[in-house]
Amino acid sequence: MTKTISGGNRGKTQREPIANSQLLFFIAVAIFVLLYVAAIIAFGDKGFLKPQTLLTMFNENAALIIVACALTIVMITGGIDISVGAVIALVSIACAKYLQNGGEIWVSILMALGIGLAFGVFQGFLISYLKIQPFIITLAGMFLARGLVTVVSKEGISLTSEAAPAFIRLKDFRISIDALGSTDIKGLTKKVVFTPGTLEVTVIVALIILLAVALMLKKTRLGRHFYAVGGNQQSALMLGCNVQRVRFHAYIISGLLAGIAGYVNLMHKGAGNPTMAAGMEMDAIASSIIGGTMLSGGVGNVFGTLFGVLNLSTIKNIVQVSGISNGGKEWWQNITTGGMLCIFIVMQSIILFVRGKSGRKKAGNKPAKN
Amino acid sequence: MKKQSEAQGYSFFQKHSQLLIPVTILALLLLFNLLRDSSYFNIAIRFNNDNNPVLAGNLISTIVDASELVILSIGMTLVTAACGGQDISVGALGTIAATMFAKVLYLFDEIGVAQILVALLATCGVTVLFSLFNGTLVAVFKIQPMIATLILFTCGRSIAYWIGQIANLFIPENPITPIIGTVIPGFPVPTPVLIVAVVGILFALVFKFTNLRLYTQTVGINQGAARLNGINCVAIKLISFAILGVCCAIAGVINVCRIGGKVTYNSLMVDFEMKAILAVAIGGNSLGGGKFRIIGSVLGAYAYCLLFNTLIAMKVPSTHITAYQAVVIFLLVIFSSDQVKETIAKFWKTWIVGKFRSKTTGTDISSGKEA
Repeated sequence: MTKTISGGNRGKTQREPIANSQLLFFIAVAIFVLLYVAAIIAFGDKGFLKPQTLLTMFNENAALIIVACALTIVMITGGIDISVGAVIALVSIACAKYLQNGGEIWVSILMALGIGLAFGVFQGFLISYLKIQPFIITLAGMFLARGLVTVVSKEGISLTSEAAPAFIRLKDFRISIDALGSTDIKGLTKKVVFTPGTLEVTVIVALIILLAVALMLKKTRLGRHFYAVGGNQQSALMLGCNVQRVRFHAYIISGLLAGIAGYVNLMHKGAGNPTMAAGMEMDAIASSIIGGTMLSGGVGNVFGTLFGVLNLSTIKNIVQVSGISNGGKEWWQNITTGGMLCIFIVMQSIILFVRGKSGRKKAGNKPAKN
Repeated sequence: MKKQSEAQGYSFFQKHSQLLIPVTILALLLLFNLLRDSSYFNIAIRFNNDNNPVLAGNLISTIVDASELVILSIGMTLVTAACGGQDISVGALGTIAATMFAKVLYLFDEIGVAQILVALLATCGVTVLFSLFNGTLVAVFKIQPMIATLILFTCGRSIAYWIGQIANLFIPENPITPIIGTVIPGFPVPTPVLIVAVVGILFALVFKFTNLRLYTQTVGINQGAARLNGINCVAIKLISFAILGVCCAIAGVINVCRIGGKVTYNSLMVDFEMKAILAVAIGGNSLGGGKFRIIGSVLGAYAYCLLFNTLIAMKVPSTHITAYQAVVIFLLVIFSSDQVKETIAKFWKTWIVGKFRSKTTGTDISSGKEA
């Protein structure tokens, strides 16, 4: 609580307390560090000491990072988009089918963007201009995309290097970082083997998108309007912000990012599957919330979302490594994830409540600053 | 005075305007089926494997299939109205209920009506506890319902697995549970329909003789005002969640009894949370809380199942059905949105009614609007 932020023009002399959104972000970071340090202490011999474990976490979750950014934007405007998981599956399988039949890479990328954009524009138009509840529209969008997935292909499509050589080369391209490598002693001869840390192309895409979204939210007019609309729609309207258009743009960006995430997912897995990305929308929502985004709108930070994704992934890794889910006890993984989610959510609620109370006491019934 | 009389004249429609959407969908679907194939409406008495008479026919199977959804949508309506958000864990909670029911039945050597009742009570107890956990997060910790129930949504099926401890869930052989799933011997009406009727009557009585409806709506519309008027908001929210828990228990038990054989935890009551929310929305209830009509949600649930069964009867491949459903839902929400309704009304008044009037009586459009 000692860290403070400058309050702009207001309160020059008075040191303002840290804003709630930043507090939630710092909590997410602190929990990630705590979890990781605990994992290193407890299971350091099982790979947590190697930097590659962290890099693998990024490799596995590139698509989730992108789609969680999309949901953060939508949730900042006070909406929700639960069609993203199904759109990812649709994009993956459509592109996989196209590439399997000897398609070009750039056309498949355009196809991914096109599908995402089409869903974004359609849902965004209905939600913002016809003022229909976002949950219902995106739920129907989810049904539509899941239905279309089976229209495209009932079975999974696995891309082979014969059918799509260029794509497989792109997929298998790895960026090796020697600085994050690790040495192992392998075999009976005790030979020391050095393996450099490897990153997939998908992670670079995800990080670029993360930075772009962060810049957009902080520096552009549209980004500030997202916060304004989510914080108080009426005030935003009175200040001359075109609320309907801003919400429309939020859903378009969300659809576009879902399309990109679908392609990234295909690049990571190298195969399309009708049941792919099931429940990914819920993972994305959970990540955003752990990172400090509020479903009621107006509060959020994409870097927090990144740490939300990392937190969930660390929990999963810890459960896997600790071995309590071995021997047909896979249920422990979900139960632990649920339990951690519960702790995060309750803690956030308690902190906000305590701060709200103390803030009101100090400032004479003034609610705490978001 | 004129305005008042007008208001009285329209009061019937105003009172029931909310039900317009589900009733219209039901009517349209029935009409569509009538035009497509009139044998859809055939109802016959057939004999099942145990030689008991059963009502059979497409409409009957629709009504039976809707049983779980109707019961869940009743509870969901209450939670939606009181908390202004939805519970997305009902499918997982139903799975927990089914597992608990089977688990308790395994404890008994002989299974009769008394044992079934004990199992049902135990199931209700467990689901109400889980539901109250959700309710506490929502009411006491002030977390949005969707987020609070995301926890149980994530781990609910795993908890069911943990309770069951076996890979495939199934109920031990006994004479009672098949009856819950199909029919009472000698009485042709399917038992799930009877259970829905009993639950419906119970809710009707509760709303008739208690203030639950009024209090729930008050809490949903303005929580601050409700608290100042002496309503215990936390208690009302908890009650709505407890009722949803009971609904989940009943729905889960009906579902597992209807299936009868072995099921996996991941295939039991899949997507029921989404279907129940959809039923509430089709019923014309606001998903933001406040005013609600249970009958709307019930009709919404039946409309959803009628749509599903119509698509099945049209021999649409079962994996494509969700896409068709989505198109129907899109059309439905577009035509029920206020913006589109206003545009249609304007078009009707200025172009059709207006032109007709100006031709026959000579009055211009603006005065035609006023009259």
